[in-house]
Amino acid sequence: MVAVSVQQVTKSFGATKVLRGVDVHVPAGGFAVLVGPSGCGKSTLLRLLAGLEEVTSGSIRFGEREVTRLEPRERDIAMVFQSYALYPHLTVRDNLAFGLRLRKTDPAEIGRRVDEAAAMLGLSHLLDRLPKALSGGQRQRVAMGRAIVRRPALFLFDEPLSNLDAALRAQVRVDIRKLHDQLGATSVYVTHDQVEAMTLADVMFVLNGGVVEQQGAPLEVYDAPATRFVAGFLGSPAMNFIKATIEDAGGGGLRARLGDGSANLALPPGLPARPGQAVEVGVRPHDLELCDESAAEIHLKVDFVELLGPEIHAHCVLAGAPVIACLETRTGVSVGDTLPLRVRRLHLFDQESGRALR
Amino acid sequence: MSGSGGGGRQVRAIESIASHLVVLLAVAFALYPVLWVIALAFSGSATPEARVLPIPREPTFDHLWAVISTTREVGDSTQWLFGRQLANSLIVSIATALVGIGIATPTAYALARFNFVGKEGGLRVLLATQMFPAVASAIPLYLLLDFLGLLNSRTGLILCYATTAVPFAIFQLRAAFESIPVDLEEAAMVDGATRFQAFRMVVLPAARPAIAVTALFAFMSAYNEFILAATLLGKEDMFTLPVVLQRFIGEYDAQWEAFAAGALIVSLPVMILFYVLQRHLVAGLTSGGVKG
Repeated sequence: MVAVSVQQVTKSFGATKVLRGVDVHVPAGGFAVLVGPSGCGKSTLLRLLAGLEEVTSGSIRFGEREVTRLEPRERDIAMVFQSYALYPHLTVRDNLAFGLRLRKTDPAEIGRRVDEAAAMLGLSHLLDRLPKALSGGQRQRVAMGRAIVRRPALFLFDEPLSNLDAALRAQVRVDIRKLHDQLGATSVYVTHDQVEAMTLADVMFVLNGGVVEQQGAPLEVYDAPATRFVAGFLGSPAMNFIKATIEDAGGGGLRARLGDGSANLALPPGLPARPGQAVEVGVRPHDLELCDESAAEIHLKVDFVELLGPEIHAHCVLAGAPVIACLETRTGVSVGDTLPLRVRRLHLFDQESGRALR
Repeated sequence: MSGSGGGGRQVRAIESIASHLVVLLAVAFALYPVLWVIALAFSGSATPEARVLPIPREPTFDHLWAVISTTREVGDSTQWLFGRQLANSLIVSIATALVGIGIATPTAYALARFNFVGKEGGLRVLLATQMFPAVASAIPLYLLLDFLGLLNSRTGLILCYATTAVPFAIFQLRAAFESIPVDLEEAAMVDGATRFQAFRMVVLPAARPAIAVTALFAFMSAYNEFILAATLLGKEDMFTLPVVLQRFIGEYDAQWEAFAAGALIVSLPVMILFYVLQRHLVAGLTSGGVKG
């Protein structure tokens, strides 16, 4: 296992700048997730780590080793592709053994490692099949197996779950994390799915427009998003945003005049905001809580209710802006109700820069 | 109810008969001339006459045997002329296929995977060469080969055939390589392969059906070619089989039975090749079809 260190890396394809100076540091043995919307540069960054693309500027180090200009085969990495990229003319066994044979590993050792990886992934009974005779989930496991047998210093995953159905995806997600804990190798994982990012990562890098918008432990990033983009990208349902203007509430306190001005929200003390500033108030749907009329900070009128089983999503309007509140089902909320709500936690973003005020 | 059910059965029966009839007609249409050639090749009677059913008269193997055992005297020894001509045809056709595939495979791969200066222009020129029939260049080819001292040689003929086989093969194989996902090569390179190893161990096996089909087409076009062969080959012992066949139909004397017998013998290698390659052929044709 090695630490991965990406320093000031840029990558352009012709005139298109895909990465604009990215710094990423993954400790040895860590599980890093690169997450962001499509076109944010996350897959390009992974391909730079693999050596499948060349950096335009900047450097990449694996541990003490400078790898920026090395060929993929010289980097001691394994990669799981979104398409799995299994060699169609080779059996599962030969797919797994391919890399070891290229490295002239002793045949007995190859056999041992292939059997071990196959047992670990439940592929033992499929070793003599061709890829076309496998299901999607089985192919995915063969792709994982091909990475494992090599015992590389670094695993790279390029959206490995996006071709699986939802149930299988949840299962394999757990398997991947377990496997990582078992093998202990450093992993870098690319996804656009924030659930995968939250559940898998030790450290998460949120990319947007070719830069790292924020990095940190998943909960850290979730609880304290540095920008409006990160706040909106992580979490499901997405954070509610309401445009607002800061006002003096008297007595040294501040309040936000929400949306069309029909509602106000008192701000906790100590926020670096000034009266007259144009902001966006962000509230996660799960941070809205039903309370007594006397303790209510805001009132929401319910437009529509989605029943999800243990909880409901109440679609409401607050000062002209659409707002979703996630509430327990047994509260018995129905369309037309006006709900007295408390805001457990709110986020404030400068409207112009999009940066969090805290 | 029962009436309509019976009607349904009747309709189905009529449909079945009709479709069988159509298929039968199509098969007859395709096979009738071939059956005639077979009948003629095995007929003992001297001249072909118009008959409805292609059944050999006075069946005999004489014509087949006569064609196969054509010999000629060279000095004081006897040379098996037909054997030599068959060898000419096979050598020229196999060499054309090998040269075509050998040159077209790396070219097509480069065109499919890399961007380089002159790629688009080169492709257009390549396509333009396909617009002219080979006959159009028969005279310049004759002069060129004469200059090179390659008239009347298998090498000369192979070179001429390769000029048409290579561009065709490049277009076929480029489409085939483009249909192979780049991920496969990248996976191989991450697994420890050089680019050349990735090409040899992953891309080539994946493109095998397409290569087989392309080779077969190159082989067949060379094997069937007549006009260039007739123009560039003057000596009997250098003839390829299409030229040999044509010689059975002279200005004053048409040996139709010998022609038919020769045609059957000439068809045999192609039929064998098709039989051997049919699995690849179907896979190659469909994969090419999907890709357009």
